[in-house]
Amino acid sequence: MSASGHERILLAHGGGGQLMDELIRRHILPGLANDTLAELGDSARLNLTSGSLCFTTDSYVVKPLFFNGGDIGKLAVCGTVNDLAVAGARPAALTLSLIIEDGFEIEVLDRILASVAAAARESSVEVVTGDTKTVEAGAADKIFINTAGLGVRVAGADLGFEKIAAGDRILINGTIGDHGMTIISQREDMGFQSGLESDCAALASLTCRLLENTMAIRFMRDPTRGGLAATLNEIAGGAGLSIEIRETDIPVKPAVQAAAEMLGFDVLTIANEGKFVAVVERESAERCLSLCRDHPLGKNAKIIGEVVETRDVPTVEMETRIGGRRIVQMPYGRELPRIC
Amino acid sequence: MLDRINKAQRQTKAACEALGRQINVMEVCGTHTVSIFRNGIRSILPGNLKLLSGPGCPVCVTDQGYIDAVLELAERQDCIIATYGDMIRVPGKDRSLETKQAKAGVRVVLSSEDALQLAKDNPDKTVVFIAVGFETTAPATAVVVKEAAAESIDNFCILSGHKLVVPAMRALLSGKNNKIDAFLCPGHVSVIIGYGAFAEIVEDFARPCVVAGFEAVQIIEGLNEICGQLSAGKAALKSMYSAVVTEKGNAAAQQVIKECFEPVGGYWRGLGKIEKSTLKLRDKYERFDAFKRFGLSETPSEERKGCRCGEVLCGLIEPPECGFFGQVCTPQKPVGPCMVSSEGACAAWFKYGRERIRKP
Repeated sequence: MSASGHERILLAHGGGGQLMDELIRRHILPGLANDTLAELGDSARLNLTSGSLCFTTDSYVVKPLFFNGGDIGKLAVCGTVNDLAVAGARPAALTLSLIIEDGFEIEVLDRILASVAAAARESSVEVVTGDTKTVEAGAADKIFINTAGLGVRVAGADLGFEKIAAGDRILINGTIGDHGMTIISQREDMGFQSGLESDCAALASLTCRLLENTMAIRFMRDPTRGGLAATLNEIAGGAGLSIEIRETDIPVKPAVQAAAEMLGFDVLTIANEGKFVAVVERESAERCLSLCRDHPLGKNAKIIGEVVETRDVPTVEMETRIGGRRIVQMPYGRELPRIC
Repeated sequence: MLDRINKAQRQTKAACEALGRQINVMEVCGTHTVSIFRNGIRSILPGNLKLLSGPGCPVCVTDQGYIDAVLELAERQDCIIATYGDMIRVPGKDRSLETKQAKAGVRVVLSSEDALQLAKDNPDKTVVFIAVGFETTAPATAVVVKEAAAESIDNFCILSGHKLVVPAMRALLSGKNNKIDAFLCPGHVSVIIGYGAFAEIVEDFARPCVVAGFEAVQIIEGLNEICGQLSAGKAALKSMYSAVVTEKGNAAAQQVIKECFEPVGGYWRGLGKIEKSTLKLRDKYERFDAFKRFGLSETPSEERKGCRCGEVLCGLIEPPECGFFGQVCTPQKPVGPCMVSSEGACAAWFKYGRERIRKP
């Protein structure tokens, strides 16, 4: 029996009445406690330091809700924090909107909310306002979460496609494909989950550290859906320049590589949730690398390639392990296991 | 590994120089095609050695008429379609399963066993397994058909689109003016049918047939063997994948295929009808045949008249010479197998242009 005396979410928990008040006060507020949220106003009142603000939103519908290395709650905080982080901002405040299916177990909700609270604490960001809706069974798949994030741009951070120039280096803060292969293997229940763990993590402490210690960062993006392949193609397209990477320099865990190969996936297209790609000035690339490696989320950081002048259309090319060259395509949009 | 690659590369170069003409080697296995693409193998080969990606991806060569039959089933409320993932994108006449998936009961499965389980779990629906693939996936389909028969799981059936590799190779070589000098034969298929199955190609058409594994080094060594044979004026059958491929293959798998299926004439996307190239369920198992159960037609639709994938596959023309290329046939709305597969010759050409395919 949960703190509110109910075991499952009822439609009335979203009805604006007594049940909803109980849900908020007994289940949502305690873990997230902060002064702004405690006011329970129609809007959160924020006193942010003056400066340039970054504002983002993302929705989370991950299946399964719990996976090796995280859950939908942690993801909902980290994902939005990371969108702020790669824009050069220090996260200041998050919103939290829950859409819950009728009948969802409150005990599971509690675990998700505890994850939200822990991830927010780790990222030094407060959840300042939110919303709860309940929908009829079948109208949502258990629980959907939306978070919006507000951040303050780190002084001096000036990132954009237009800052990217030929000769710049491409840095990644660690191994690729961990999140996507973990989710796929757990979703399909494929029995090779050992060694697979999502990299789900909030990157702001690392990105802020980089931005505060060097002026060499030209652009950052987190390679989530579509993986490294999509992000590099977006960067090449946005900058109007080409990118060359080296396969031997791209960090991939053996278990991730093996799982991807078994399903016929290209690991370059697999999602990450705790990685960022940074385009950095050539002269400072080594310094950026060592700044990364001194941080727990950047221990396996690598310089994986560079920006080059484009010959015709901006492309991403890779020198393969055997010394061949190939084009890294923009993924289609959904990875499907192949039989051939 | 790099030493072996370098050595094979040097020898291949010498053989190709000695030949002094364009050499066309066809691979007939989707996994080879992907490995060649992902490892950038074309970029390290001699300029006069051209790799043709043959009809090796069983999904890409699945005829539009078959997909239309699947779509017809997908519209039925009483059916669940169980399909391998890569089938989702293959286009029918005007749409694919992907566009249908949101509405209809289309489920992606990883094995035929999963499909049968789906039938057991959903007794009020008929589960139709979209049975495609070469000899590699056919045994697994046969096994579940036998299982369904033994356990009387009557809400299960299959739509067989299974295809055979050797008849397609024969059809390609029988085509007028084909420019195929040799085949790099598929490792997976050979595990089942045995490398001996390609002997008839060597005997009847005097083309080297070399079975290779899927790692870059295995492919390059296979190509080296082919070039060595060609430069010596030989055409021999050879397996370079002896760790897993035997001459006779997997007898049990062959037996179960034979027990459940018979080879009949069937349609291949881009290649047309090929005799004895498609597996149909034997009469003994006809109650599991979705074509019969639902009275579906296998007739191909005619829209593909004008698609010249067959000629592209055989190295007779380059993709832009096809009137459909880039007009009615694009990666977003593909007509032929060379555009369906993202590694296909037409898709690669469309995205990157001529120069970039060969030497990116």
